[in-house]
Amino acid sequence: MSDVAESVKKIVVEHLGVEEAKVTDTASFIDDLGADSLDTVELVMAFEEEFGIEIPDDAAEKIQTVKDAIDFISAA
Amino acid sequence: MFDLTGKCALVTGASGGLGAAIAKDLHAAGATVALSGTRKEALEKVAAELGDRVHVLPCNLSDMEAVDGLIKAAEEAMGQLDILVNNAGLTRDGLAMRMKDEDWDSVMDVNLKAAFKLSKNCLRGMMKRRTGRIINITSIVGVTGNPGQMNYAASKAGMIGMSKSLAQEVAARGITVNCVAPGFIKTAMTDELSDGQKENLLGAVPAGRLGDPQDISAAVLYLASDEAAYVTGQTLHVNGGMAMI
Repeated sequence: MSDVAESVKKIVVEHLGVEEAKVTDTASFIDDLGADSLDTVELVMAFEEEFGIEIPDDAAEKIQTVKDAIDFISAA
Repeated sequence: MFDLTGKCALVTGASGGLGAAIAKDLHAAGATVALSGTRKEALEKVAAELGDRVHVLPCNLSDMEAVDGLIKAAEEAMGQLDILVNNAGLTRDGLAMRMKDEDWDSVMDVNLKAAFKLSKNCLRGMMKRRTGRIINITSIVGVTGNPGQMNYAASKAGMIGMSKSLAQEVAARGITVNCVAPGFIKTAMTDELSDGQKENLLGAVPAGRLGDPQDISAAVLYLASDEAAYVTGQTLHVNGGMAMI
C-alpha cells in the first residue's frame, strides 16, 4: 500500500470510528462506512490538513470512496 | 453552576457596554477571554479591569481580511476557542427612502457577514473537540422591525436565520448556536436616542425600566455553559417583556 493510501485509511478509521478492515478501496464513505454529509466535509478537511493540499468543493463532491480520495490526493 | 474554568472565549465588540459586560461575566466564571474591537485603548482598559486570563485582539470587522485572521489569532493566543460571542454591531439608521447603499452594506458587513465568517472559521477546532458555543447577539428589532432601521433589523433577523441553520448542521458535534436578543438596554447605542424617544420606548416595557448590560451578559453566560448543552438554535429574548415571542 502506498503511503498516501495508508494515511488516507488511517484518517478514515480515526474520523469515522470504523474498523480498519471495512476501509477497503471501494468502500463508499456514506453507503458503506456510515458517514453523513458533515463527516465527509470533516474528512476532506482532514485530508487537506494531512497532505497540505486544497481540495476545491467540486472535487470534494466527487470524492465518495476511499479510492477516490487516494487518487485525488496522489494526483494533487 | 455555570463554571467556565479552562474554557476560552472570544468576544467581539468588547469595548462597548454590552461586550465588556459579556467579557466580564465569562471571565468571572473562569474563562480565558480574548477581547476584540476596533478601539485598542478601550479594549486595554477592559483588559486591565479583568487582570489575568485576558488577551486583546484589535480587529476591524468591516475589513474582511482582518476578520479572516481573527479566529486564528484567538486560537494562537489562547490555545483553542470554545466560545465565540458575535456581539459587535453598528447602526446606520435612516428612513428607507433616504438610506444609501453604503449604509446598508456597512451594517450587513459588520453585523452579519463578519459573524458568518467568524462562526465558520471557529468550527474546525470546535468540531474536532466535539464541543463549542456560538452565541450571536441579535436584537428585538430583528424580530419586530423598527422604522429607520431597515438595514440593522435585516442584519439582526439574518443572524437569527443563520444561527438556526448552523445549529442544525453542527448539533451532532456538540456545538450549540444560539442568539440573545436584547430589548432596550442602557448602552452608548441607546444613549443616542432623544428623551422623547426613550419615554415612548419605556412605555412599551412592562418591566418599567431599561435593561442593564448585565441582564444580557447573564443570558450569554447561561448559553455558554455546559448546562445549556441541550439548547440550540434558539433566540433568548431579554427585553423586560417588551415583546413576548
